Amino acid sequence: MTIIEARGLTKIYKTKTGAVHALDGLDLSVPRGTVKSLLGPNGAGKTTAVKVLTTLIKPDRGTAHIDGIDVAAAPKEVRRIIGVAGQYAAVDENLTGFENLEMVGRLYHLGAKTARRRAQELIDQFELTEAGNRPVKGFSGGMRRRIDLAGALVINPKILFLDEPTTGLDPRSRLALWGVIKNLVAEGTTLLLTTQYLEEADQLSDDIAVIDGGRVIAEGTADELKAQIGGHRVVVTLVDEADAGTAVGILARHGEGEAQVSGDGRVVEVPVTDGPRALQYVLADLGEAKIQLHDAGMRRPTLDDVFLKLTGRKAESDDDDDGGAGTGTGSQRVKTELENAK
Amino acid sequence: MTTLTQPDSTSALASTGSSLGQFVSDGWIATRRNLVKIKRVPEILVFTILQPIMFVLLFSQVYGGAMAIDNYTLFLMAGIFAQTVIFGSTFSGAAMAQDLKDGIIDRFRTLPMSPAAVLVGRTNGDLAINSISMLIMMATGWAVGWRVTTSFWGFLGGVAMLLLFSYSFSWVMALLGMSVRSPEIINNASFMILFPLTFISNAFVPIHTMPDILRVIAEWNPVSALVASARQLFGNTYAEFPEPTAWTLQHPFVTVFIGIAVMLLVFVPLAIRKFESISSR
Ligand SMILES: Nc1ncnc2c1ncn2[C@@H]1O[C@H](COP(=O)(O)OP(=O)(O)OP(=O)(O)O)[C@@H](O)[C@H]1O
Ligand SMILES: [Mg+2]
Repeated sequence: MTIIEARGLTKIYKTKTGAVHALDGLDLSVPRGTVKSLLGPNGAGKTTAVKVLTTLIKPDRGTAHIDGIDVAAAPKEVRRIIGVAGQYAAVDENLTGFENLEMVGRLYHLGAKTARRRAQELIDQFELTEAGNRPVKGFSGGMRRRIDLAGALVINPKILFLDEPTTGLDPRSRLALWGVIKNLVAEGTTLLLTTQYLEEADQLSDDIAVIDGGRVIAEGTADELKAQIGGHRVVVTLVDEADAGTAVGILARHGEGEAQVSGDGRVVEVPVTDGPRALQYVLADLGEAKIQLHDAGMRRPTLDDVFLKLTGRKAESDDDDDGGAGTGTGSQRVKTELENAK
Repeated sequence: MTTLTQPDSTSALASTGSSLGQFVSDGWIATRRNLVKIKRVPEILVFTILQPIMFVLLFSQVYGGAMAIDNYTLFLMAGIFAQTVIFGSTFSGAAMAQDLKDGIIDRFRTLPMSPAAVLVGRTNGDLAINSISMLIMMATGWAVGWRVTTSFWGFLGGVAMLLLFSYSFSWVMALLGMSVRSPEIINNASFMILFPLTFISNAFVPIHTMPDILRVIAEWNPVSALVASARQLFGNTYAEFPEPTAWTLQHPFVTVFIGIAVMLLVFVPLAIRKFESISSR
């Protein structure tokens, strides 16, 4: 049962420097009651996708349906059943936290009493008591963020959209929000969230869509994606740059694929399958070769690794415009590869 | 954030009232937000309360003696009223731009509310600001000798016309605010445009004393028609001034009415259309 469905979404922004394909034929489908993460670097088109799905902007081409309702044709019906927290906190600076939430409730047409009760519940749930009765102006970014997130939950929506929900939260609030999200999903809410962190997508979602250049370049569960990009990485930091060549050889011997040199030429890393064992072997061999280390260890794959593997290039930031254009065939290949792997 | 309250299906409690009922309710919620803002933002309070007092006193007391008009205060008040309420309407422009910047427009636009409600609430906010300013100016004017010499209905009609004109102008400014997207530019531009517009008119000096070019501009300036109409309704007219030659000032009420109609009929739909497609970056 698909509850969020997008077909061929295309959105082109005309800017002074040329046309930006913010969305370039994005397909997406999210089954009812599941969590989907849109994972992608800056400028991938995550926010644009969320804005189209939440009725904020109209796509140039393509269609989107939320719970069977056409987003472009009946935005108001869609708005009745969704909760949204955009990338940047959308709160009224001059209202208190409570007043903000109550206003949102009233505009969902909850009725005065219910709106007030619900606002108070959310204030308690998100530990906003302090912000409850002082104007938002003057509160920290994290506090605004929490008021905004609470605003998305006012109606316990059937479908929830969160655009980079944990950006700007301290670790404690981040964990707490993960808790809230997991509870909601347990109650049957469908969630679409965007994130730049593989770790977060892994923790929260059933399914991940990696997007780049306005398109889905890979899709699958966290495990499927990880299988694609390899598991852990072994990373060593050398004392002497001159040892890099030897170290690359040793790491490559125990890893899966090529070892990479980064940083100032002293950090060498390689994807591995069995992390701890590979690390032991690597350290033993490095010791034998009398190579001195500053640091050695394992790390989990990051979005950068996903990217490197899927597109053969580093995740690019927003200002490197048009990065997505050249990768068409490459990403297509990876996608098919991944589908075969399933 | 740790204790999750039992989620009831609050969405099921959402009322499904009539669309007119919802429009009125949404409009009121949005208005209330702007009324709270008047109370909590000191700059707005200063504009609304202190500036009108200052303007009335400065103009009537400082310029009064030098003007070759008997009882300049009588002449002046309609002009000050018009200028103040027109400037009051620029709040809608700056506020819509600010709301876009703050992202709160995105919140509103994902809620199942009436799309016109945010704009209705904003322009109502200006109406409240202007109503308060009018009361304060009238009281201050009264204290320095301003009198209405027509009737109670003339007085009421004059006040209503000034407020209606400025209310309509708020919609123009709201559209500008959504298009320009920068509260600073809106504020500076209004200042640069509205100051000359209100001064090159009959608001502070009689038009027949102006050099030719300025006189023609002033005659066709809608602000002049507004001020002339208000003077007639308040009975602050001067028999010794020459009859106006421009059609707009021979028929000031018609001119004002056309101005209001154009602003409402053209800019209300345009502003609502614009609102339905905007989103912060
Ligand atoms: N209103 C706009 N006008 C012009 N270009 C835009 C606009 N909105 C987005 N873009 C461009 O479209 C592309 C996709 O932007 P989008 O905000 O969807 O990316 P994102 O994945 O959310 O990135 P981030 O991680 O930085 O939030 C970017 O290149 C961006 O510069
Ligand atoms: Mg984004």
